[in-house]
This record gives sequence, structure tokens and C-alpha cells, in this order.
Amino acid sequence: MRLSTITAVALAFTATVASAQTKYPTDVTFEDGAIAASLSGTPGDPANGQVLMNKGAGNCIACHEVTALAELPFHGGIGPMLDGAADRWTEADLRGIVADAKVMFPESMMPSFYKISGFVRPGDAYTGKAIDPDAITPLLSAQEIEDVVSFLMTLRDE
Amino acid sequence: MKRASSLAFGLACLASAVHAQDTESKLVINDDIDITTVAEAPAHAENLSEIYSGWAFRSPETMALQMDDFDNPGMIFVDQALDAYNTVEGSAGKSCQSCHGDDAEGLVGARAVYPKWNANAGEVWTMEMAINGCRTERMGAEPWGYTSGNMVNMTALISSVSRGMPVNVSFEGPEHDTWLQGKELYYTRTGQLELSCANCHEDNYDMMIRADHLSQGQINGFPTYRLKNAKLNAVHSRFKGCIRDTRAETYSPGSPEFVALELYVASRGNGLSVEGPSVRN
Repeated sequence: MRLSTITAVALAFTATVASAQTKYPTDVTFEDGAIAASLSGTPGDPANGQVLMNKGAGNCIACHEVTALAELPFHGGIGPMLDGAADRWTEADLRGIVADAKVMFPESMMPSFYKISGFVRPGDAYTGKAIDPDAITPLLSAQEIEDVVSFLMTLRDE
Repeated sequence: MKRASSLAFGLACLASAVHAQDTESKLVINDDIDITTVAEAPAHAENLSEIYSGWAFRSPETMALQMDDFDNPGMIFVDQALDAYNTVEGSAGKSCQSCHGDDAEGLVGARAVYPKWNANAGEVWTMEMAINGCRTERMGAEPWGYTSGNMVNMTALISSVSRGMPVNVSFEGPEHDTWLQGKELYYTRTGQLELSCANCHEDNYDMMIRADHLSQGQINGFPTYRLKNAKLNAVHSRFKGCIRDTRAETYSPGSPEFVALELYVASRGNGLSVEGPSVRN
């Protein structure tokens, strides 16, 4: 009886530790919030990255202003302006920030675009209904993140 | 001179894509009812220094719609509610008017203090719960759906007769545990986007998120007529929409979670005027 209680406690503890481990669709190694290795192994396409800045699950300009995309309407003012992003950050930094900004900036409001675990009441897209936690897919795929990062690397002031 | 400086200010706003909330304009409804749209934040809204009605964040055109009841589309539903208010329903042979008098005069002031602890029920009641309490216990009538047309219309009528009175919701009495639960929900980052109420409406109000000008999320103007969906919207419907937009599983209108959240959010607006039915985009 006593043993089974201890086992139960131990199992519960293991489960807690496991769920505290943030999951990503592929193996990701962060170093100071940056990710050195490409997530997809295929170079990013800056043209598609530019599309994602405006559309779909990217929609980066909802919160960030980008002068290079000034022809698109309604840039938000919540996040930092992205002009000159490639002067301030390395590609690895940008990959880490886009994939999961909270690793580098724990209090950041920015969604974690590559994370697939650890959410409170995760929903099935924008239906308001619950999703099976095991069925969660990232907001952006590995290649889409590479595409966005490759576009951000074109944002230079100098 | 004043005109030139406001023009320059307007251009600066356009240039930076930041639309400062309007703290200068005064809302007076029907040249009669003074509405407080800016006030010192209550001490328990510890991260705010001033509180603003959502009215102050809307366009001049939308703001103007609320200045005259003939322009406010929400008032059409107040008229509909008045018909229901005067209609006898249920086994007790009563209407709302039987107890509360003509034109809801007996309900003046009620909106300002809801949600409110109900000692008999031993829980916090929203206005909707109080209306259904009357219907089932006193009238012997069927309850209305929490966000049904009849219900939201009736909350608009009850709010309309308290317009201009300061919101003054209690939170330190027996309702305190519910209030704390609401506060916890306010700061919980939900859904795959991991956004809390506070992320947008406390930390970033007055900022643009894409085409939306973020307000403080004050609820003193509810129910609110939204130009977007051309109907009156209950506050729990708005909560549900916001949480859905964080890619989360929402709570249901009328759920204990939303009752708690409403109490907490309402208390953050203590000092603003009751404004519903308001007009928003």
C-alpha cells in the first residue's frame, strides 16, 4: 500500500518534469536563446518570408513595424521596430527569437511560433474548442521559420 | 494656433501609426447625461494610473454615435426590452414593471454595482443571473439564454437608466474570493498564442495590433452595439471572442470563470460612468 503510494508520487513527479520540458516538432538546441542550426536544413526563401510577415500564422506586422513593407497597411506598434534587425541580431538569434522568443526574453508577449507544448487551454485554431494537446502543430513550420529569418536578414540599415 | 498644433499632432500620429486615445473630448449624451470617460485608476488596478472608457479609443465618427440616443443603434434594443419589461409572463402573473415600476425606474443604480454578491445564493451574480432569478423565482417564467436577444436587450435597458452613474463594484466583502479568481484569469496567458487580458489591455493599451486600436478593455459600456456585427453584444460574448482569438479553448458565457472575470474587470472600471448601451467598432 505504502509502496504504491510512493510509486504514484514518483510517477506524478516524472510526469510533471516531463511536461515542464518544452516540446518542439524537431530537436532544437538553444544557446542563450539563439538557435545556430537551420531547423529545416533547407535555406530560407526571403520572398516567402516576406509573404509570411503579412499573412497567415506569421502576421509579424500585426505587432512590428517594418519600413521595407510600408506598402502593406496597418503595422502594429507593440513589438520593436524591425528595421535594421539584421544589424542588431545574428541569424541564430533571429531563428531563436522567431521559434520561441520566450527562451531569450521570458516575459515577452510574442507568441512562440515553433513550440508545441506547455499551453494553457490550447484551442483548435480559432474555433474556441479544445485541441488534443498531442495534436498541436507549430504556428509556423520549420521551413516557414527559415523563410521568415531569411527575410529578416535582409533588414539592414547599413 | 490650437488648430495648427492639433493638425501637427494628427500628422505625427499618422506618421508613427500610433493613435493616442482621445482624453480631451467629452461624452455628453442627449446634451444631458455627463459620462466620465477618463478617471484616476482605483488603487486595486495597481498597474494603471488612469482608466479610460473604450469610447476614448474609437474614431470620432463612432464616438459621435453615442452622443444622441437617436443615433445610437443600441437604443432600438432598449425600446424592444421595454416592451418585454411591460409584458406579463409566467405563473405569477407579473411583469418586470409590476415590481420595478415604469421605465425601469426601480432599477436605477443597479447596473453600477453589478456583478454583486447574492447572499441567498451564496455566490456572485451578474445582471443576467439576477434577471433570470427574477424570471424563475418571482415571475414563474422560463429563464432566458445567457446571451439571448431578450437577455442582452434587457441588460441594455437596465444599464441605460443608470448611465452617468459611477461604476462602484464591491470586491472586498464575501465576493473577494471570486474577485481573486477573476484577477488570476485576467493575468493567465491562454491558448497557443499565450496572451492574457493584461498583455493587450494593460501593458499595451493605446497601441495598434494590426488594424485594431487596443483599449483598456473596460466594460462600463456593455452591452455594446458593435458596428462590426450590427448587434448588441454581451460582455461574456466579448470575453469569449478575445479568448478564442488567443487560440484557446474558451469558457462559456455565464460560466463561473466568466462571472469571476467580469467582477474583476468591472472593478477595474470603478469611477468610470455606466455607459451601456455604448457604440463601438
